[in-house]
Amino acid sequence: MSDTMYNSMNDLQFDVLREIGNIGSGHAATALAKLLNQKIDIKVPKAELCDFSKLADIVGGAENLVVGILLTLSDDVEGMMMFIMEKNAAYHLLRKMMWCEIDDEQPLDEIQLSALQEIGNIITGAYLSSLSDLTRLTISSSVPYIAIDMAGAILSVPAIEFGKVGDKALMIQAEFGRDDADDIKGFFLLIPTMESYSAIMSSLGL
Amino acid sequence: MGRMIKVGMAELDICLPPDAITTLGLGSCVGVVLYDPIKKISGMVHVMLPDSTKIKNNDNIAKFADTGIEELLRRVIAKGATRRALVAKIAGGAQMFAFKSDSDMLRVGERNVEAVKAKLAVLQIPVIAQDTGKNAGRTIEFYPENGELLVKSVGKAPYKI
Repeated sequence: MSDTMYNSMNDLQFDVLREIGNIGSGHAATALAKLLNQKIDIKVPKAELCDFSKLADIVGGAENLVVGILLTLSDDVEGMMMFIMEKNAAYHLLRKMMWCEIDDEQPLDEIQLSALQEIGNIITGAYLSSLSDLTRLTISSSVPYIAIDMAGAILSVPAIEFGKVGDKALMIQAEFGRDDADDIKGFFLLIPTMESYSAIMSSLGL
Repeated sequence: MGRMIKVGMAELDICLPPDAITTLGLGSCVGVVLYDPIKKISGMVHVMLPDSTKIKNNDNIAKFADTGIEELLRRVIAKGATRRALVAKIAGGAQMFAFKSDSDMLRVGERNVEAVKAKLAVLQIPVIAQDTGKNAGRTIEFYPENGELLVKSVGKAPYKI
């Protein structure tokens, strides 16, 4: 694999990653539905290759407040996985999940933060387990780390990892929610190291 | 009031009064301002990684502390700044996630700040103000008219350095 890996990715490889995103989002929606005890629909995920200078625009601009949940990956696939949602969506999710009243401006307490970490864990875990199933690679993830800050600042962490290998990042956008209720929009980023990216592709026979 | 010039991730630009120059949502990256206080010529670079020699794909010179600062220096001098008058202000290099492990990958903010300072020391450009490290993102705005660097973080009042 050349060092411009994402730049040289072909349509088939792209479709495969998107399809993994699709399956993963399905698992994640099921998990969320159980957690919230309500029906959750998912939209077909979008997979996009974008310049990392544009990454923040997708989540509403560099200064938009978001919640980022980050896990580091080890074993056969090394790198990072990140789940991002807008701060408002995260608060909305917490209200539903914990039956609590939280004002939008109020900082979160430890239990609420830990609940969000768990949501990130479930969603990224669902993606990772489908990836692991399809590739037959062993993927272990760290505990989830959380930060609530400007999108640009949060995204700088995966962008720097991507930056080591190219100028583009692979972003999978998943939308959860019901048509009649506020959608819970989330994005996830998979950031394998260059070696791991090759491992994923070759185990898929691509 | 002049324009506000935006510098994106791994980009650099030059700014003269009455304009101002900004970079939004700095996390582990470092924003470096070079400034000639007499001629009021300034430039800003948004550095993502410490060292271009460690990376194979290093075409984008604004991405790295070493090559980014060199290029910025070249550009401000080309604009007419006096080499010896130059000073630097830096901000960013936060650790956005409270990792328990201290793996190199995760300490990149700190390493960026070290690399920026080391490069500026080699070039003999004094750092006259800084706001680095900690765990919060920053938006910075630099005004070459008066040499002020405005730092904004979430949930805090903006302050000047």
